[in-house]
Amino acid sequence: MNSVHNAAQAVLEVTGLSVGFAQRGTVLRAVDDISLHIAPGEVLGLVGESGSGKSMTAYSLLGLVEPPGQVSADTFRLCGKEMRAADERAWRQLRGRRIAMIFQDPMMTLNPVLRIDTQMVEAIHAHRRVGRGAALEMAAAALQRVGIADAPARLHAYPHQLSGGMRQRVAIAIALLNAPDLIVADEPTTALDVTIQAQILAEMQALCQASGTALLWITHDLAVVAALADRVCVMYAGRIVEQGPVDQVLAQPAHPYTRGLLNSTPAAAPSQHADNAGATRRLSTIPGLPPALGERPEGCAFRPRCARASAACLQVPALVAVSPGHEVRCFHPLARVSA
Amino acid sequence: MSAADQAAVMRDHPLRRWIRAYADSRLALAGLGLLVLIVAAAIAAPWLAPQNPYDLMQLDMLDGRLPPGSVSGDGELRYLLGTDAQGRDMLSAILYGLRISVVVGVAATLLALLVGMTLGLVAGYFGGRFDALLMRVVDIQLAFPSILTAMILLALFGQGIDKIIIALVASQWAYYARTTRSVAMVEADKAYIEAARLLGLSTLRIVFRHLLPNCLPPLMVVAALQVAAAIALEATLSFLGLGLPVTEPSLGLLIANGFQYLYSGRYWISLFPGLALLLTLLALNLVADQLRDVLNPRLRKS
Amino acid sequence: MPFFILRRCLQAVNVLVVMSLLVFAGVYAIGSPLDLLVDPQATTEDLARAAAALGLDQPVWVQYGRFLSRALGGDLGDSFIHGSPAIGLILARLPATLELAVVAMLIAVGLGIPLGLWAGLHPDTVGGRTIMAGSIVGFSLPTFWVGLMLIMVFSVQLGWLPAGGRGPTTELFGLPLSVLSVEGWRHLILPATNLALFKLALIIRLTRSGTREALQQDYVRFARAKGLSTGRVVGVHVLKNILIPVVTVVGMEFGSLVAFSVVTESIFAWPGMGKLLLDSITQLDRPVVLAYLLLIVLLYIVINLVVDLVYALLDPRVGRGGSGR
Repeated sequence: MNSVHNAAQAVLEVTGLSVGFAQRGTVLRAVDDISLHIAPGEVLGLVGESGSGKSMTAYSLLGLVEPPGQVSADTFRLCGKEMRAADERAWRQLRGRRIAMIFQDPMMTLNPVLRIDTQMVEAIHAHRRVGRGAALEMAAAALQRVGIADAPARLHAYPHQLSGGMRQRVAIAIALLNAPDLIVADEPTTALDVTIQAQILAEMQALCQASGTALLWITHDLAVVAALADRVCVMYAGRIVEQGPVDQVLAQPAHPYTRGLLNSTPAAAPSQHADNAGATRRLSTIPGLPPALGERPEGCAFRPRCARASAACLQVPALVAVSPGHEVRCFHPLARVSA
Repeated sequence: MSAADQAAVMRDHPLRRWIRAYADSRLALAGLGLLVLIVAAAIAAPWLAPQNPYDLMQLDMLDGRLPPGSVSGDGELRYLLGTDAQGRDMLSAILYGLRISVVVGVAATLLALLVGMTLGLVAGYFGGRFDALLMRVVDIQLAFPSILTAMILLALFGQGIDKIIIALVASQWAYYARTTRSVAMVEADKAYIEAARLLGLSTLRIVFRHLLPNCLPPLMVVAALQVAAAIALEATLSFLGLGLPVTEPSLGLLIANGFQYLYSGRYWISLFPGLALLLTLLALNLVADQLRDVLNPRLRKS
Repeated sequence: MPFFILRRCLQAVNVLVVMSLLVFAGVYAIGSPLDLLVDPQATTEDLARAAAALGLDQPVWVQYGRFLSRALGGDLGDSFIHGSPAIGLILARLPATLELAVVAMLIAVGLGIPLGLWAGLHPDTVGGRTIMAGSIVGFSLPTFWVGLMLIMVFSVQLGWLPAGGRGPTTELFGLPLSVLSVEGWRHLILPATNLALFKLALIIRLTRSGTREALQQDYVRFARAKGLSTGRVVGVHVLKNILIPVVTVVGMEFGSLVAFSVVTESIFAWPGMGKLLLDSITQLDRPVVLAYLLLIVLLYIVINLVVDLVYALLDPRVGRGGSGR
């Protein structure tokens, strides 16, 4: 993967992103100094457990963080536009048009008291002047593209009359309506049945490739990332601890946390389970729990759970490259194992 | 546990958390302060009041309807808030009236709480036909405005302080019953109740020692709100002439007595008891509001 | 949907029957029906005749049957004081009370929803906090005291508005209404505002908490993520969701409003049912009290039914089958 990014072409370019919550004198950082860049058509996976700050990252990318949360960044460019100090009007022009978001729970994402067509047409009308008839046609076409049969009937329905999988497809269709450059998907398949999950994953992949839309896929499931993403970022306690091309990171994880995640995930690319001798390894867990927002340890947040920790880890490590395009935030990264 | 650990546990004790959360709102603290003041004044009425308004010997008819600040005929007393038609010092009448209003309101609330809570616990824990029946009755009771229930009961049974309290209890018990029953139903399914049952604890013990404490927080919120409602209801009934007897006037009756004098500009006979009532209800509502925010996990900003 | 309506109507009839049983039990079983229904001034002969007419020597269920048939026929006894049928007295005053209650409800809703919405959207502004403080005060003010103060300020001191009574009425659809004249409004505005105050505070608080809760829902975030303007997010997405609980409460509170009009009517000398009830209670005119009770029950049941139907119309999840997971 080419590690030199032409900033002018990148769909998303953000450095030093932080989301802080002021509480009784101190500032708690749900997101701490994150840097992301996404090239056009690229699929970036953002992996982390609950409480790692990944949802908050997603919201901040759409300007949806509300007080008492405060967003700050060193650079923040969306589709070339400077968004660091953008006001609500500037955001509204981008949201739904150049950048779209898909949430986790499709039942509560769609307004239960409004019809599907109302909710789709308003997304179109927010950005384009078209007649209602034309908008309805576009909506029906979008529904068909995401694999919903009998689109016109579905348009008249209310969200509770559709199954969970269908509701999420509607949400995807809405996200794709205005042909955005970037879709941020926050665990969109977690709430669905496993079989539906696989379907939707495949369909999203196809749709994004067909339209050249970049995708930021947020999940806690490494298997999904392995199947879908070009690059992956691993988040822990609000910071990115490792990032790089997906094959490299999953095959040769540099951060102990990533290794721990891989060891505890049964389905992440079967080859990961073979140790160097070729025999299958047993699942293991990472001892301890991720720290809560107000209780992050000093220095490296993973220190209390890490077998490799030393006194040096009382400082926050910087992101360091272990190979082109592959960076890790650790003083004692795992050694590369030659195949 | 080490001393440091113990201290840490105490710091995080639910009670302290609640107290801290309560103190978050300055308005609520002010309300609490006001409430304490009012209750203290009500309790200390015999000592605070310049005059005993029920002692006919102390009253002078010639001092009737005097505006606030006037001095009595014999120069002894200063009527800070004026006098009513019988020459009663308004301040004293208000203090004594406050006492009665508060006592009746609190007594009725406690009684209603007791009755409703017991019924709710039984219904929630045992379920079955009793539960279904009780809920029907509760639904019908709650569909009726409290004032109507009270008025009908008073119409049927006559007046008097005991009948007023019965009427107040009858119009309020259903809130407690319903709240207790909901919580009891949820808790009754939980593991610790099952464990208690398996240990062979008597039903009485299970219900009162294990189930009850968990039902208390929401009940406290309801009770705080209902005390205000009870006091307001009693005042309204007294105002309408259906309430407490004339010999021991509550604030409502005082206000009613002063109604006719409004038109001749003698506002103080109604205004000041009304303000006292208003402040009491306001303080109660402020406290109850904050209590609800503190004890209701759903509304808490997480 | 039609099934739903049918089911609710049947439920309503069910409750009506239960209520009639309760009333019957209260009157015939607990008290002495003679005391309650017959003029205390009657002679022993009249009493005997009345006893026979009421069927007091018959078994209980016969008595109930007669009671029911009489009630359905509109005969609920005659007023002791006025001598005329109790139900007639009440129905004559019903329009006045309804007029007062409806106007009061319109004031409460028309002001309450916008104010509550605003307070929910801007909770930490001066305006938002003032509205909330005002609502707590409005909640705490006893209705009768407010009425007195209104009279004191607007009638006695300022002399702008009359202190009591109802304005001249004109017939509309057979109902005498006073809202159609300016003079009628001058008499109506104070009592209606008085009655509305408590409900106004209630609706403000309800709307505000509903708005705050709605704003935290995912669908609001999603709507904003689509790039919709705040106006549309609030005016369509949020409003439609909070209207549902608000409408339910408003409907149920309407019945309470009718009952509370007792206080307002007696202060403002408004010639409605409430004043009649009060007088009847103090004068021990029990047939009138009974008739009032039954009428109120009927009113309540009808209101509940209407509220349920409106709820079903507003919330698409009710009455429409869902295949949702």
